[in-house]
Amino acid sequence: MATMVGAPTIPSATGAQCTHCGLPTLGADTDDVPVFCCSACATAYALINAHGLGAYHRFSERRGAAVRPSGRGFSDFDHEAFQERYVTVDGDGQARVELALEGVHCASCVWLIERVPLLVTGVVRAELDVRQNRVSVTWDPSAAALSEIARTLDALGYTPHPYRGGERAAMRRRDDRAMLIRIGVAGAIATNAMLAAVALYAGELNTMDPASLTLFRWISLGLTIPTLVWPGRVFFTSAWAALRARTVHMDVPIALALAAATTRGTINTISGSGPIYFDGVCVLVFLLLVGRFLQARGQRAASDATEQLFALTPATARLIAVDGTTLEVPADAVSLGATIAVHAGETIPVDGEVMAGESRINRAILTGESTDVRVEIGDTVFAGTLNRSAALQVRVTASGDDSRLARILAQVDEGARRRAPVVLLADRLASRLVLVVLSLAAATFFLWLRRDATAAWDNTIALLISTCPCALALATPLAMSAAVGRAARAGIFVKGGDALESLSRPGWLVLDKTGTLTLGETTLVTWHGDDVLRPVILALEATSTHPIAAGFRRAWSAVPVATASSVEHTIGGGVAGVVNGHQIMLGSPNFIASKLPQMRQGERTTADEYTPVVIAIDGEIVGRASFGDAVRPDAAASLATLRTRGWKTILLSGDADAVSRRIGTSLGFAPDEIFAEASPEEKAKHVAALVVRAGGGKAPPCVAMVGDGVNDAAAIAAATVGIGVHGGAEASLATADVAMTREGLGALVALDAGARRSMSVIRRNIIWAFGYNAVGVGLAMTGHITPLLAAILMPVSSLTVVLASWFGHTFTPEPR
Amino acid sequence: MSVLFIVVPLALVIVGVALAGYLWAVRSGQMDDLETPGLRVLRDDE
Repeated sequence: MATMVGAPTIPSATGAQCTHCGLPTLGADTDDVPVFCCSACATAYALINAHGLGAYHRFSERRGAAVRPSGRGFSDFDHEAFQERYVTVDGDGQARVELALEGVHCASCVWLIERVPLLVTGVVRAELDVRQNRVSVTWDPSAAALSEIARTLDALGYTPHPYRGGERAAMRRRDDRAMLIRIGVAGAIATNAMLAAVALYAGELNTMDPASLTLFRWISLGLTIPTLVWPGRVFFTSAWAALRARTVHMDVPIALALAAATTRGTINTISGSGPIYFDGVCVLVFLLLVGRFLQARGQRAASDATEQLFALTPATARLIAVDGTTLEVPADAVSLGATIAVHAGETIPVDGEVMAGESRINRAILTGESTDVRVEIGDTVFAGTLNRSAALQVRVTASGDDSRLARILAQVDEGARRRAPVVLLADRLASRLVLVVLSLAAATFFLWLRRDATAAWDNTIALLISTCPCALALATPLAMSAAVGRAARAGIFVKGGDALESLSRPGWLVLDKTGTLTLGETTLVTWHGDDVLRPVILALEATSTHPIAAGFRRAWSAVPVATASSVEHTIGGGVAGVVNGHQIMLGSPNFIASKLPQMRQGERTTADEYTPVVIAIDGEIVGRASFGDAVRPDAAASLATLRTRGWKTILLSGDADAVSRRIGTSLGFAPDEIFAEASPEEKAKHVAALVVRAGGGKAPPCVAMVGDGVNDAAAIAAATVGIGVHGGAEASLATADVAMTREGLGALVALDAGARRSMSVIRRNIIWAFGYNAVGVGLAMTGHITPLLAAILMPVSSLTVVLASWFGHTFTPEPR
Repeated sequence: MSVLFIVVPLALVIVGVALAGYLWAVRSGQMDDLETPGLRVLRDDE
């Protein structure tokens, strides 16, 4: 009667979709009865329905990820120190706070979060910013506590953190608005300059009376001057800065062309004859600003990086005074050697040594290890880790910036800052282009000078204008933002195009184990026993917060639950209780053996790193289960594909050597490609060493770090390109250049292919742009360029690049 | 064609008014979050 619940991968999902999150469950498909993948989803479902928000579950687009509440009490949100720092109270007594949320994904999230006022009485308004994952809550402090609001958001799966980047956000908003204003002004001027130009070109074909001609030429001049001194000024300041630093980038030839065209146009307007070029100049400024805006928007997402990381430790600590009373103090201000109290469910605010109590600690934030660790008197605990089960007293050994978490975060910051900027292909070409253009211009000038001085000036300026790298300057940002948009629809969020360019040069692919190659949670791997035992097991585990209990509930969420009485938990052992008059025991082989001395020795041993669980009824062993961290189902195939595409794969794990080697070898890593027992600091060092080995130069091979936890964040920041996998800690996703919302490692294969295709679109764009430039140079040098030709050549070359970028086949949408 | 001397500057004035409206919108923060308001109407109480 043995049933295998899947191979050592995930439990095979055969049944209905979870009513709340849409993930597969093991339950039967029924129309009327809701089925859930986990108890957290059931809680969220009940909460939503109890307040008449059942419409949420009729939306076709929902989370697509199980609710993972932190389960914290959020009592620190109510403390004075917290309120003083983050909450603003306006005149009529309403309080406002900005909270950074985890797990915000889609339109349905907006709907649900902004209906929090219906869920918690006293909340006046909740406004979400989807892009920033930030909600601004206005509430009446006399009617609701902030901790209650926080707990509700947490139960819905959106774990809140205080938002600490207010100043930086305000600065960025100012930059953004300035950029939008520049684009708006340049756009309005460009369209009107074009209208004037159309009149002039039409007038050239027929006859136009000289007065109208002069009018339109002066109007064009009048439009061009403001566009150059206001929105267009950025090109001149940036070109000047480059020249002063004795380098050349794209802005130098652009500024040169703009200046040449405007000077020539102004002279011709005043003299009343010859081409004026003003339409070209205005359109150029507008298009270049749009390109620059797209580029900046992508890069800014990447610079958001560490902001969310700061919200990981609580703002206050509970200090125990000499007389035994407790006192709330800001966590940064706790003095060394002081003793603080940490309640169950709270995040530990400082590094320290346990003085009293014993509990289980979840250290996933530092180690990536999903399993809780037992701590007792004398053990060291770290800031940011979660105290799961019982109250502790901790003597402070480091706080604030000295804590281990803060030091890792500082490393993340430094890694991000020190990272050499990727010199984009287009910029490398631009620096050569300037030299070519200048020598061609000189050649044209001197060749024509012998024949005709006026023609020499005309043709040289025509050459400078027609070689303006307008299309080239647009080629990269446009293709990048089109590719980034397509990637987002495919479930891959790329922050900044330089990541795509780097990824198109395969080098080393460094992977974390727990949570990246594996699922990262305690999963039911095997189950041998009668199916009728399932409701009984669930009855015993119903109230437990132990990961094994959660694992049972996740795997069997649709199985009915029996009723158990006199349930008794033994810490580190198991659970015992009575169901239908039978004595049931469930726990580790040692726990069962201690109760049943007759248990044979052979039955007590179990292989490898899986956690065994034994079930006994009335003193007889009737079933066995084992739990472990299962390898992602698509890991082996994805890694094999990536290796054939030229990536050298490296496994870098914080886990024990034996486990890492077994999983690594099974996934095809060579023995010298596996590095185990690496601390977050060592991981970062390892990756940094690889980056050095990859070398500097203009196009070094890419070192990509793939990880999921805060323990990988420093390594992710140190890599050329950091990649955060689906389901990872929000903090590591924030640090990464690429974040996946798509399950599994298949996304890596898609990313690799997409990056290559994006680069080929860019190369094609650059070839087009150069083609047009070559034609322009040819015509200008032979004196055949006419104003109309120049006016057609410039927008057509830009338009080609725009269309090629738009239709470039880069990322394919996620198969559904 | 002398009408051009009136209507072309008039057109530019109208552009100026539109531009002023745009600048006001940007400065008052209407362009700060272009994503959420769009999603908000999608799910407006069904």
